[in-house]
Amino acid sequence: MTAPLNKPKVATVWLDGCSGCHMSFLDLDERLVTLASLVDIVYSPVVDPKEFPQHVDLTLVEGAVSSEEDFHKANLIRRCSSVVIAFGDCSVTANVPGMRNTWEPRALLDAAYVEKATSPAEAANRKARIPLKVVPPLRAQAVPLHEVIPVDVFIPGCPPPADAIWQVLTELLAGKTPDICAVTRFGR
Amino acid sequence: MNGGKHATAESITLTIDQNAISCRNGLSVLEAAREHGIDIPTLCWLEGLTLWGGCRLCMVEIEGSPRLFAACATQCTEGMVIHTQSPRLHRYRRTIVEMLLAERNHVCSVCVSNGHCELQAMAQRLGVDHVHLPYRFPRLSVDNSHDFFRLDHNRCILCTRCVRVCAEIEGAHTKDVKGRGIQAAIIHDLDQPWVESQTCTSCGKCVNVCPTGALTHRGTAIGEMIKKHEFLPYLKLMREVHQ
Repeated sequence: MTAPLNKPKVATVWLDGCSGCHMSFLDLDERLVTLASLVDIVYSPVVDPKEFPQHVDLTLVEGAVSSEEDFHKANLIRRCSSVVIAFGDCSVTANVPGMRNTWEPRALLDAAYVEKATSPAEAANRKARIPLKVVPPLRAQAVPLHEVIPVDVFIPGCPPPADAIWQVLTELLAGKTPDICAVTRFGR
Repeated sequence: MNGGKHATAESITLTIDQNAISCRNGLSVLEAAREHGIDIPTLCWLEGLTLWGGCRLCMVEIEGSPRLFAACATQCTEGMVIHTQSPRLHRYRRTIVEMLLAERNHVCSVCVSNGHCELQAMAQRLGVDHVHLPYRFPRLSVDNSHDFFRLDHNRCILCTRCVRVCAEIEGAHTKDVKGRGIQAAIIHDLDQPWVESQTCTSCGKCVNVCPTGALTHRGTAIGEMIKKHEFLPYLKLMREVHQ
């Protein structure tokens, strides 16, 4: 038996999420072996390549678009992917990352770093520790992927169950349109 | 003669989704449909409470009229031809649920009602796999003042079940709605913290009829808030029997 020469290229990306969707992906367990015979995983937190490839057939995106880096990646993914899948509630609804959206990013960082200070000196010290370099700046709000780029398929769930991921992936690879709401929903 | 006249007044025939059915006169389209196993989606309607007709999920098409009718608030008439399913109705129902989800902060994954929520279940049933409208992310308060219960405005869909059960069944009328449109909100008495209400009897009926995680028992963790509104038709029946 020989593997198909041109297997579909699949990528998975982790934006502003907890990686739980990727954990659920790994919960495919022995089906991962079958999946590996059906597709090439060309980019993912679980494989080596560091640059998003020029062309990917199908990209699963976990997480909301929250930082400038997420925004840049989302646009890159859209340019380089035939099918973009919003993978899990953070990507579909903004979910938990979106719970910061009623505050300005600066107020949010102050709440996290400065507010607990008991003296002006400590406040100044804490303010200096707010990370503004290396880590990408937060955008005004964490938003669902489809508010930034066009999305082709949505898999809600926090996380989507492994069975739902399998069902959706195998049907998409077979050229079918999966009935998403039959296998998963918002929340758990 | 009289009997025949009586029979026509008491029962009528109509068509729902190509099914010829007969039902007692005076039933709503929703009741007639459900009696015959045709389930029209609803959120604000609840057996045992008066009509509200606010959620509009039960809208149906009735032949001969271009407009849509709320099945819960439309009485069956002889010869009516009703359609409860059509691409237009599905689109409208999905949009209604999407508007509810976008209007406030419904974060199913961390909600105490996760897995027991009528809005979450309705979204799944209607095939809402994402919300086309931009989320509003409003900043809303949580009334955590009551010893036993909590009102989280983030999860409220303004179905007014709590207002109606409080006024009609408990007879307290502690709850009501203030404001209009997007500013509307559930209040206690004269818009006071719940604990300061002088009319609330702490009966908890509002909590159990609430379709979402807006009204909950305090001390429930994610997914632990299970609503039980079976008491309502029972109470209603008991009262009718005693009358």
